[in-house]
Amino acid sequence: MKQWRFEVFNRPGSDDVHGREVLGDVKELGIDTVQEVQSARVFLIEGDFDDNFAKRIAGEMLADPVCEDFYIGKSAAPAGLAKATIIEIHLKSGVTDPVAESVMTAVDDMGKKCQTVRTARKYVLFGEISEKQLKKIVRRLSNDCIEVVVIGANAEPPSPHLAPYKLKLKTVDMTKLNEQQLLEISKKMDLFLNVVEMKTIQNYFKTQNREPTDIELEALAQTWSEHCVHKTLKSSVDFDFEGQKIHFDNLIKDTIFGATKQLNKDWCISVFKDNAGVIEFDDTDAVCFKVETHNHPSALDPYGGAATGIGGVLRDPMGTGLGAKPIANTDIFCFAEPDKSFDEIPHGILHPKRIAKGVVAGVRDYGNRMGIPTVNGAIFFDDRYLGNPLVFCGNIGIMPRDKCFGKAETGELVMVVGGKTGRDGIHGATFSSGAMTHEHETVFSHAVQIGNAITEKKMLDTLLQAREQGLYSAITDCGAGGLSSAVGEMGADLGAEVDLEKIPLKYAGLSYTEIWISEAQERMVVAVKPENLERISKIFADENVEATIIGRFTNDKKLTLKYQGTQVGQIDMDFLHDGLPKYSRKARWSSKNLSEPVSETKENYGEDLLKILSTYNVASKEWVIRQYDHEVQAGSVIKPLGGITNDGPNDAAVVQPKFDSDKGIVIGCGMNPLYGDIDPYWMALAGIDEAIRNVVCVGARPDRIALLDNFCWADCKKEETLGSLVRAAQACFDGAIAFGTPFISGKDSLNNNFICDDGREISIPATLLISAIGIVDDVKKCVTADLKSAGNLLFMVGLTRNELGASHYYKIKNQLGANVPKTDLRMAKLNAEKIHKAIDAGLIASCHDCSEGGLAVALAEMAFSGGLGILADLKGLPRTDDCTNLASQLFGESCSRYIVEVEPEKFNAFAKLMLGAAFGQIGKVIEDKNIIIKDSLGKTIVDVAINNLKNAWQKPLKW
Amino acid sequence: MTKVKAIVLRAAGINCDVETQYALELSGAEAQRVHVNRIIENPDLLDEFQILVVPGGFSYGDDVAAGKILANQIIHHFSDRLNAFIEAGKIVLGICNGFQVLIKTGILGKIEPSGKQQITITNNDSGRYEDRWVYLEPSSKKCVFIEQGRRIYLPVAHGEGKILFENNDVLEKLKADDRITLRYVDENGNFGPFPINPNGSTDSIAGLCDSTGRVMGLMPHPERFIRFTQHPHWTRLKDKTRADGRTIFDNAVKYVKQNLI
Repeated sequence: MKQWRFEVFNRPGSDDVHGREVLGDVKELGIDTVQEVQSARVFLIEGDFDDNFAKRIAGEMLADPVCEDFYIGKSAAPAGLAKATIIEIHLKSGVTDPVAESVMTAVDDMGKKCQTVRTARKYVLFGEISEKQLKKIVRRLSNDCIEVVVIGANAEPPSPHLAPYKLKLKTVDMTKLNEQQLLEISKKMDLFLNVVEMKTIQNYFKTQNREPTDIELEALAQTWSEHCVHKTLKSSVDFDFEGQKIHFDNLIKDTIFGATKQLNKDWCISVFKDNAGVIEFDDTDAVCFKVETHNHPSALDPYGGAATGIGGVLRDPMGTGLGAKPIANTDIFCFAEPDKSFDEIPHGILHPKRIAKGVVAGVRDYGNRMGIPTVNGAIFFDDRYLGNPLVFCGNIGIMPRDKCFGKAETGELVMVVGGKTGRDGIHGATFSSGAMTHEHETVFSHAVQIGNAITEKKMLDTLLQAREQGLYSAITDCGAGGLSSAVGEMGADLGAEVDLEKIPLKYAGLSYTEIWISEAQERMVVAVKPENLERISKIFADENVEATIIGRFTNDKKLTLKYQGTQVGQIDMDFLHDGLPKYSRKARWSSKNLSEPVSETKENYGEDLLKILSTYNVASKEWVIRQYDHEVQAGSVIKPLGGITNDGPNDAAVVQPKFDSDKGIVIGCGMNPLYGDIDPYWMALAGIDEAIRNVVCVGARPDRIALLDNFCWADCKKEETLGSLVRAAQACFDGAIAFGTPFISGKDSLNNNFICDDGREISIPATLLISAIGIVDDVKKCVTADLKSAGNLLFMVGLTRNELGASHYYKIKNQLGANVPKTDLRMAKLNAEKIHKAIDAGLIASCHDCSEGGLAVALAEMAFSGGLGILADLKGLPRTDDCTNLASQLFGESCSRYIVEVEPEKFNAFAKLMLGAAFGQIGKVIEDKNIIIKDSLGKTIVDVAINNLKNAWQKPLKW
Repeated sequence: MTKVKAIVLRAAGINCDVETQYALELSGAEAQRVHVNRIIENPDLLDEFQILVVPGGFSYGDDVAAGKILANQIIHHFSDRLNAFIEAGKIVLGICNGFQVLIKTGILGKIEPSGKQQITITNNDSGRYEDRWVYLEPSSKKCVFIEQGRRIYLPVAHGEGKILFENNDVLEKLKADDRITLRYVDENGNFGPFPINPNGSTDSIAGLCDSTGRVMGLMPHPERFIRFTQHPHWTRLKDKTRADGRTIFDNAVKYVKQNLI
């Protein structure tokens, strides 16, 4: 077998885009001695063919005949090598390499087989660089979790060959150990189980009269991980609220689930049970929605972590009921502010700009390849996300209403479909359940999963065909916990037996335990009746999708694991799923002693407005949005950007999922971590109000809105931290009940704190993402935020209060304040209903939600989106008596407020509809391209050209 | 009357097949989505159809280069049948990734008499994938898909859309042979730099056809503007009937009706 090496590089004169990009990255590191970077793609192919065929591979397939050249072998070192550095980045052995798989297919199509294919990236850096600078560059260009870097012309890449595995059954002697020793085992095996859990397991195996095997302990640790079972939110909590004692038997059941149960909406089809929450869409179809977090992996490997975040959440709708078709993505990120020097970044943390770029690229590449439009999102910046960036990935799917439930039966076969199993993602679930430390980068590199979107796309295409033909009776995804949790959950009421050696592997050498707990991506499990086996297998084979029978569902209520006929593990399903001890926790909350800064009245607020528009949180996210395909599937009716030049903000996205129906799905979100610095209760209510406001602004029906919760908190073993979570959960209950909007799904990610090597701890602020999904009966009635026509009237609906606390106005002044926006739930619901009625009646030309930056920012956004000016006057602003300060009128972020544009001839009908709500005219749309705002005495306090406002808004994230 | 029959090619990673099928049906064709493996097994399948569309997506993940692996598959399994399809007077449309495939199979990428690929599509000047709307000015008089004088507005969504020629002669030959179909312009019909030309394509070229005018490839997505509400700011527009992408499919179906059935 001959090993061939091919290098493909740009023909002189054609633009080396990748080299240029790397040069940019090097410059960003503050290294200015590198003048040029040349990039090349490297292919290492083992195969039995001659020189001529090798030349054909290179010339016909690997290299572009117009703009690229190739070299077979290792190209000669460039002239002036003394000043050139060669860096080659290879994937570690065993890491999924999609390009290699495609090359293998292509060589096969050309008529020859190859044994192995590996790919690498090569960069030649021209210019003097020191050893230290080289290290920095390598760190920037590669990721040691998954890649190996070889430097210099003669360095060799790692060998692709791995040794095969020979069965060696491992038992762990634990039944006679004391507490200390049990904890040592938990730590040594990275089980993340505490002493109570370890003792529970010990007792179980005592009653079984034997010692557990390693696979049994690993399976239990995974099933019982915080990531998989959410023990904190399900625990009983004794809450000390400013001295008052409140008891919850089960925190989440008593708050979030409780609200849904009490609301008991008949349009909720499946809530909190399946992989995603399911609601009615129309008479024939249902939609489901799930938002997941992928925080810890994205901190280590932003690109891979975010890509597998989106890849993973897509499998939730695909694994809901009998499988939904994903139709829209939503992605929300929290990063530290990006303008930092490298010296400010603690050891073990990636630079926030690198994280941001990597996360966006990961979501882009996976989501776009899957052919699912990314229609909604948000990015929030705060330096407390430095060690723990948050990556929320959400997906909405559609499925026929008669496919919303599935159930496996005894005697059915366990089939694994999609990707092969590798060592990637081992201990992902357990690792996500602990705090991050500076050592995670090395210790948990194996926890990072590697995605291949095309494998998932092929799997989706074929699964939908199998679903249509009714060829399987249940489906679930292999997410956190891998096969262990997928098969374990599907067979929970039955029992299952699995032959581990049957599971297709990416490469040799995996032990039976590694096979079972691997979180390799793109795998799903289906339950297949033996009589359907042939037909379903053909569907997969026809489109080159891997599908293998690995076991069967039994009726012994045991999970039995075998490897080549030897039993390597057996656990009672009851113990696996219900054996987890009950937790009780203590939580505490006392209001913070905060005060409001002394207000100053200024002559002019134009500068403040420009500054707020330029804060990272308010600024345009166009750089990100454009990289996502937000139009594939041809259903995006209200896109993330709108307005006269397609670059203004829209409040929510609308997707029309069926070509033959004008009914649409509306997606929006709300999140206000700054408010939580004052009180997480009001933060959560503001988040709910914002998410609902957003979807109502474009036309969603307020009586058909469902919510999702995603709690990302720091270390909840601390009573104060858990207390802040309890406050937010209480608000979720109150908000859901008041709005009549049930929660249908949710997820939490706790322990988002980072322990630096000097012992310093960075904890994220309490972060609650509320996602809203709504229905609009006729998408042709939707409205957008951009101003439509000069002469139209502008109204504020909703009351402005003296609420500058935690506002962006205070943020630009480095203040927090005390008067956090407090949602008046009665008024909030009323306003939403009235706005909807007005939109439905066609009375509203444009509508924008008032949020970060308040009235002034909302007016600015409406104006520059529409390319029109505004003459506004605060005299008509509905406000409370204590809201006298001009800053709070302009920039206060009081909830439940909408700014609407109404044509003069529709004023009467509009005003009649608004009776009973706080509303007032605040101005009109003008041809002149300025925003002029006058105070109630008629004095001009803002006068800025819309172009200046737009520039301020666009500049910060124009990367 | 016999129905116009269209085949929409599927392959691993192709992801605009459903909406492309719908667009063809809206224009009056009977459209089927067929996986490339079925054609490899039985190339006779192609004979039943008059229109072949290679839709957008990321065939085989765009690994190696956009469209390359699927093009390689077509070349080695049924290029003779595809050529026969074209020679029979039938029509072929490649959209985005499908355009890249047609270029890399040589069907649109070769120039006679050299017979080798002298046209390619490569990375955008911006170095990244972008989704944005562009104005397109029709150019070729022989291309059956477009209408003279009718400027259209469509979205592009790609990372590799820059059309590049081996040398300037290739461009001159294409012009002489009237093979340039669509060019990126601004709303008034003027050429310009990014973002008017979203990828830095040579001579602002967005689409090309073969010498017959019956095979066209274009980077923009006509199937994404077949309904008024797909326009990026339709809430501002008075004309509630606009759907520029429809014209491409309407013209294809009309051509088949007039010439092949």
